[in-house]
Amino acid sequence: MKYLSEYRDGEVARGLIAHIRRTATRPWVLMEVCGGQTHTIVRQGLSELLGGAVEMIHGPGCPVCVTPLEQIDKALRLASDPGVIFTSFGDMLRVPGSECDLLQIRARGGQVRVVYSPLDALDLATRNPDKQVVFFAVGFETTAPANAMAVWRARQLGVRNFSILVSHVTVPPAMMAILSAPGNRVQGFLAAGHVCTVMGWTEYEPIAERYRVPIIVTGFEPLDILEGILLAVRQLEEGRHEVENQYVRAVRRQGTLPARDLVSKVFRLVDRKWRGIGEIPQSGLGLREEYADFDAEYRFGLEAMEVSEPAECCAGEVLKGRLKPFECPAFGGRCTPEHPLGAPMVSSEGACAAYYNYGRFRESKVRTAAAGATE
Amino acid sequence: MMSDLTVPLGTVVCPAPYPALDRVQLGHGSGGKLSAALLRERFLPLLGNEVLIQGADAAVLPTGMGEIALSTDTFVVQPVEFPGGNIGSLAVHGTLNDVAMMGGRPRYLTVGFVLEEGLPFEVLDRVVEAMARSAEEARVLVVAGDTKVVERGKADGLYVNTTGVGLVDPGFRPAPSRATPGDVVLLSGPIGRHGMAIMAAREGLAFEAEILSDSACLVPLVELLRDAVGADVHVLRDPTRGGVASALNEIARASGVGVELEEAAIPVPVAVDAACEMLGLDPLYVANEGVLLAMVPAAAADAGLAALRSHPLGSGAAAVGRVVGKHPGMVSLSTAIGGSRVVDMLPGDQLPRIC
Repeated sequence: MKYLSEYRDGEVARGLIAHIRRTATRPWVLMEVCGGQTHTIVRQGLSELLGGAVEMIHGPGCPVCVTPLEQIDKALRLASDPGVIFTSFGDMLRVPGSECDLLQIRARGGQVRVVYSPLDALDLATRNPDKQVVFFAVGFETTAPANAMAVWRARQLGVRNFSILVSHVTVPPAMMAILSAPGNRVQGFLAAGHVCTVMGWTEYEPIAERYRVPIIVTGFEPLDILEGILLAVRQLEEGRHEVENQYVRAVRRQGTLPARDLVSKVFRLVDRKWRGIGEIPQSGLGLREEYADFDAEYRFGLEAMEVSEPAECCAGEVLKGRLKPFECPAFGGRCTPEHPLGAPMVSSEGACAAYYNYGRFRESKVRTAAAGATE
Repeated sequence: MMSDLTVPLGTVVCPAPYPALDRVQLGHGSGGKLSAALLRERFLPLLGNEVLIQGADAAVLPTGMGEIALSTDTFVVQPVEFPGGNIGSLAVHGTLNDVAMMGGRPRYLTVGFVLEEGLPFEVLDRVVEAMARSAEEARVLVVAGDTKVVERGKADGLYVNTTGVGLVDPGFRPAPSRATPGDVVLLSGPIGRHGMAIMAAREGLAFEAEILSDSACLVPLVELLRDAVGADVHVLRDPTRGGVASALNEIARASGVGVELEEAAIPVPVAVDAACEMLGLDPLYVANEGVLLAMVPAAAADAGLAALRSHPLGSGAAAVGRVVGKHPGMVSLSTAIGGSRVVDMLPGDQLPRIC
């Protein structure tokens, strides 16, 4: 199939892997930023194939994982309101809040609906004028244009019963937070291709320069990721630190200007808490003053909430790349996709769920081998 | 310590107290882990007996004159009419297929309808026509029925229950517990069509090529396999809810074996692949209503494959993996690019990913 099978060709993959292993003279540590890339890496078993030439650390780019607990709790409160139809992308439904998740709210009679686009939620609002329709606007720069479009259109059309619960985050501040954290091991990045489709890569140029790390704008198919890794390894071996574009079929340097314009028309930069990481200044998007009517927190008068994460969950360390999911004591035992303690166990993009679903067999082999070796 | 580490984690029972779910969620009907928990925790402790606990597609029961296979299924599909079939054809195929998967030759069906006040007769007529046509094709008789009508708003148009009875040949007893290391896993055709056809119809998603449900009666394929391979057919399963992945996990657990799949060998139609990709779904977990999985010894694999391919329903049949002695209860998959991963059961329904 066009744009799919070409990027999953086993022969080409083996060639790229051999090339990476020949090029790397020492084990380099790279971080893939986006959860979609983590999903591919673990689902395809890429780390194993790289055979130690490159260690991949999984970045914070899973929107489900980094949405802070208080926003989830606010979502649960809104969804419990009989006057509200709460709409969301599918994988937010199982994220644990302080007491339950959206699926449980639905089972108790809350109106929770999965939509594929915020514009579908807006449409729902126009068809249900006696209800308040709220869309859970989470995600990185990738989902921001569609969410901005929904709000912009709602204002154009004068739709009074539509609002969004915003928990948008942006990639560059998180990358800088990771690079400046004590004990950082990341030597290069695979930047999130779809974020760059919207935003381009100019924001990454000063990061590459300041922290002296290669940043490769990378796609999501196995061959994209392998090529991205090869470009990063080559730069590291040659002592370069540049922004390079692997995802040429989708990304231009300036990104998609109409989308960027719309996003900056509707949203502004705000400080934002990241689940498991903490507050990162100017790392989120919030609605601008003139769109405040469409902010669900404002419309429903939601106040700040006191929340506490399960003490046992190591999600923060996982999201910062300091811990592999299977190194968490709760992994696979007290924390599973059926009973997640933390958000990375929920979405299939989350590093913990990706390891649980696709990596357990391999890790149990590794661990068995390790246990055998120590005996 | 070492034994702790080598136990497949999916089988470890967690000692920590969880806030228990206090009511039914949609995920309990997904065919995944929540469905299994519903059976294990709420039905089997009170209703279980040596037949029911086998958890097979159909019960095989003794009678004075040999054994019969008995299966029942309820259909609540929305929309009731979808590309490739409707709830009537589906209700016949689904139950007959379950009877056939236990080696039964289906003979009789019962049908129960729950109709919603206001359901147009033209819809009901099309459903019953499809039902009659499917039953006739499979040469089974509908011998008993029931109808209830509920108030508008209490049912989605109509729900259908069917129960099927078939005769079991003494020499042909496939069962989910009979998978044996060395067996080859045969798949009778391309996967994911029913689930994606329903999803496209339900969500109003338009894909370039329309995806038709694969809903079909699998009895002819089973007959061909029986003729070609006979008693060596260890396992037959139609991977409906939860898809190929969930069906293989159930078999791996019931037989105490591992299953190794070859991703490159699994036939996925281009349109299904593209639709899944767009929605962030995995075709291995998408429902099928017209394909079967068979496990046969390696020596019989070619004959089995040829038998399946001799019928139009099985023209896309393929050998997709093997049964192994290692990692019992677990399904693994070699990816097309040479990596490997676990294919687990899902907790509930597949949730479309954000991006």
